[in-house]
Amino acid sequence: MQFALLVYESPDAFAARKSDGTDPYTGAWRAYHKSLAESGAYLGGDPLEVPETGTTVRIKEGKRRVQDGPFADTKEQLGGFIILDLPSIDAALDWAARCPAASAGVVEVRPLAPAAKGRITG
Amino acid sequence: MSGSALDSTHRTIERVARESYGRLVAYLSSHTRDVASAEDALSNALVAALKVWPRDGVPQNPEAWLLTTARHSFIDLVRHQQVAVASEPTLQLLREEHEVTLSREFPDDRLKLLFVCAHPAIDPAMHTPLMLQTVLGLDAARIAGAFLVSPKTMGQRLVRAKTKIRDGGIQFEVPQERELPQRLDAVLEAIYAAFGIGWDDMAGADQPGRDLAEEAIWLARVLLQLLPDKAEVRGLLALMLHCEARRGARRTPDGRYVPLSNQDTKQWSLPLIDEAERHLTEAFSQGRSGRFQLEAAIQSVHAERARTGRIDWAAIAVFYEQLVRISPTLGTRTGYAAAIAEARGPEAGLAVLDGIDPDDISAYQPYWAVRAHLLRRLGKSSEADGAFDRAIGLAEDPAVRDFLLQKRGNP
Repeated sequence: MQFALLVYESPDAFAARKSDGTDPYTGAWRAYHKSLAESGAYLGGDPLEVPETGTTVRIKEGKRRVQDGPFADTKEQLGGFIILDLPSIDAALDWAARCPAASAGVVEVRPLAPAAKGRITG
Repeated sequence: MSGSALDSTHRTIERVARESYGRLVAYLSSHTRDVASAEDALSNALVAALKVWPRDGVPQNPEAWLLTTARHSFIDLVRHQQVAVASEPTLQLLREEHEVTLSREFPDDRLKLLFVCAHPAIDPAMHTPLMLQTVLGLDAARIAGAFLVSPKTMGQRLVRAKTKIRDGGIQFEVPQERELPQRLDAVLEAIYAAFGIGWDDMAGADQPGRDLAEEAIWLARVLLQLLPDKAEVRGLLALMLHCEARRGARRTPDGRYVPLSNQDTKQWSLPLIDEAERHLTEAFSQGRSGRFQLEAAIQSVHAERARTGRIDWAAIAVFYEQLVRISPTLGTRTGYAAAIAEARGPEAGLAVLDGIDPDDISAYQPYWAVRAHLLRRLGKSSEADGAFDRAIGLAEDPAVRDFLLQKRGNP
């Protein structure tokens, strides 16, 4: 089964991206990524640029509405995602608990939806 | 009723619920095996108590009041279910008992309930959650948090397990002498699992985890009361009390992790250590060793440091050697490796670690932490850094993660 870990990070965590890479948060991520890769579960993933760089687009009554900033106005913001291949949700929750963002932000675990994908891609 | 009197009534209800929950559930369900209905009936009675007691005052015998009220509700619930087990004779029996037990003590069936929760026909992963719910009254959401599954999933698993108890022919009885040791092991394992979860989760701020360790000690005390001559029950209690005694020393005031051998022994709780030692001595005098007594003995050697200022690693290694023989788990083998390394040097410890199947340790954090430490001591710094990374990446507790990051140093 494939799962997405959606990583929501605190403002402090986003701020750590400006460091020289020797801060504990970045070090923890480096180690976490290595453990994931060596466990064989890691399929892919990427960090996202900071939330202020987001732009939201919607069409309302035929008109384009474009706004600066991320979609949701919350303290923790989506900071990246990881796709994992694991035997069960239990294993996915274990990896979510080990994620460095879990202690200061929040990690959401969602199964990928291959059936929904199949209906779209045929 | 004034605010403070109301508070005190609520506290009384909480206390009675905590002390009587398992006894009432066990007693109500022992005839019908219908644990779920017994719990529903008891929770109806507790809701009624919250309404009636603040108005009319706390009854003279609160437990008897809860039992009477719960039994009325239970008979209704069972009757409405119209399932096979709720036969008329059973209901008749319940009604008759109702008449007589009001005036005298009702029997304590918690031991039977503990054995039911850890029955071999029930998924071992559900033994601890069942105990926490049926004997202690913890709700599914809290148990789910501790076990890192979603509350909905934990709720469903608990319902399935209780249906199996009711319909699967699992008897409410204390096992015969012949099968008692094995069945008791399952009960002890389940209690220790609750303690371990409480312990691992104790990241300072994590209150639920802390409570769970206390609940496990409570369960062990109940079990010891019911089975006072079983050495392993005392061994388990001694083990948990030794660990509990060090709770205050495991973190610095600002929340940083302190490994056992660096803890300030002045912060250990001497009364808890004394109690643990008394139980362990009593257990050893009964002359039958076992896994929990050995684990408690290891903790007892660590506790000696408060008096002698040193750790007798050779003694710890000997206890681990026996422990690995009867219980060769990843945890005991890793502990053995660490003890051997202290007693005979890092190469010897590393050799023990190398004997563990690599497939087993890809997600086992303590293995990597010990390995990193031993490689570092041998001066193999790049291998050590790799092991540190694995240990850091697998750590859940931020304090442990920070401690390891600091030991590893910058890349």
